[in-house]
Amino acid sequence: MAEADSAVTAPADDRRVFGEAVLTLENIELGFGGVKAIDDVSFEVRKGEILAIIGPNGAGKSSMLNCINGFYKPRAGSITFKGRKMPAMDPHFAAANGVARTFQNIALFRGMSTLDNLMTGRVLKMKRNLLWQALYWGPAQREEMEHRAFVERVIDFLEIQAIRRTPVGRLPYGLQKRVELGRALAMEPEILLLDEPMAGMNVEEKQDMSRFILEVNEEFGTTIVLIEHDMGVVMDISDRVVVLDYGRKIADGTPAEVRANQQVIDAYLGVSH
Amino acid sequence: MGAFLEVLLGGLLTGVLYSLVALGFVLIFKASGVFNFAQGAMVLFAALAMARLQEWMAPTLGWVAFPIALALSALIMMALAFAIERLVLRQLINQEGIILFMATIGITFFLDGFGQTIWGSDIYKIDLFLSKDPIFLFEDVFPGGLLVDPYELMAAVIAGILVAVLAVFFQKTRIGRALRAVADDHQAAQSVGIPLNYIWLIVWTVAGLVALVAGMMWGAKLGVQFSIALVALKALPVLILGGFTSVPGAIIGGLIIGAGEKLAEVYVGSMFGGGIENWFAYVLALAFLLFRPQGLFGERIIERV
Repeated sequence: MAEADSAVTAPADDRRVFGEAVLTLENIELGFGGVKAIDDVSFEVRKGEILAIIGPNGAGKSSMLNCINGFYKPRAGSITFKGRKMPAMDPHFAAANGVARTFQNIALFRGMSTLDNLMTGRVLKMKRNLLWQALYWGPAQREEMEHRAFVERVIDFLEIQAIRRTPVGRLPYGLQKRVELGRALAMEPEILLLDEPMAGMNVEEKQDMSRFILEVNEEFGTTIVLIEHDMGVVMDISDRVVVLDYGRKIADGTPAEVRANQQVIDAYLGVSH
Repeated sequence: MGAFLEVLLGGLLTGVLYSLVALGFVLIFKASGVFNFAQGAMVLFAALAMARLQEWMAPTLGWVAFPIALALSALIMMALAFAIERLVLRQLINQEGIILFMATIGITFFLDGFGQTIWGSDIYKIDLFLSKDPIFLFEDVFPGGLLVDPYELMAAVIAGILVAVLAVFFQKTRIGRALRAVADDHQAAQSVGIPLNYIWLIVWTVAGLVALVAGMMWGAKLGVQFSIALVALKALPVLILGGFTSVPGAIIGGLIIGAGEKLAEVYVGSMFGGGIENWFAYVLALAFLLFRPQGLFGERIIERV
């Protein structure tokens, strides 16, 4: 995974401070027909942090993630990533440069086993292209073994050894979410985008998932951008929070700052008017 | 005994021809989860290209016209795959399967019309330089031997080679995993960096080449004409038997249908007053749908409720 992170320092007040931005979004504007989903939103993602994007339903959170990994093309604005300033990201460019993601409605390859699902995460890491792989036996098989070994490490990490061979379509919801995280981790991402990783989970499953997210961040220095509705979880695990409301950014700061922000309280945290 | 074997063998060899068409369907279904309605039209288009190119070049080049026409037709099918990916599939990423299916119906009408516009709509012939005379096999084992059509024998050999190559290509290599991933979920496949367009291009190219081989064999047998596109209908029961996702399944399914309909015609047909060859395959497929909807070799259907 990404090299150990030197940008992370440990200041006295136990708040982590992050340096350089790995991904910068400037004045992003996105619309579907006449509906503005995102309106002039700018923020940056800093190396090694856990950034939460929160906001009421329809605030444009998922649209934001879809812009980051290139599924949606913004109408205006720019995305700066890997020293390139682009009007829009391309999904292949994103994947090839270490952006992995999970989906709000699980998007697994349902007929395939857990193992095969995770192995698809290795596609871009394989040196030989698909055609060459098909024609050349020895080295191709050796390469497959190396990648298999890596995937086994991910399986151990996520504690899903027991379902290695199970077709994922048969797994319960919580485990499917975990396999999806596994597939993203198999890509050795620098930036991991998680769209509601804990939606529909019970308390124990949420605790497990929180633990995995924190461990990925700490052990591999992976930068994490997540969307989550459970405020307890968000405040617990994130270093910084961006708040969207009706497609506009209304706050951006540490959990404590955001919690104290009057606009956020009005728009989202549910104080009666 | 000799008569039974002759009927069986004839059926199996016809079955191989069905399998060739079914193969094209399976390839595209595996890679996009879409039933490619245009496979029959692709067979016709390829056969027309082959027949006309050979016809134009044969007077001056003689037998050399055959390999050249074959190579040119292969290039045309590749160009067609490229055009379909660029102009149709690329625009429909992340759409429902049914929308892609409708697009293939559109491609069918286009190819049927366009093919006959540029190549003509008469009956053309493809010359494989094989003797028209039937061959007799095992003459010393059975009295009179077994009568075999050399075209069908040739088709069987070619189909065998094709299947061996495709089975290795799609089932024993990593590309199979990428194909299934694309078929299951476009968005997820893109998110792990599987190049969707590239995969589709490969698959439609291979399906186009398989259509060329099928078109050549059917064209040599029946003459190249519009009815070849309808042969694709016979591939349906083959697919239901073999499973939409299995290359070996397409072959076994084709053999069962081919042998089944010939045997049924000869041994059961008289009870119904004959002519059951035309619908026997569909009844067999219907029975399969009731008892084993995923086919003999298809992937198990998993649906959580």
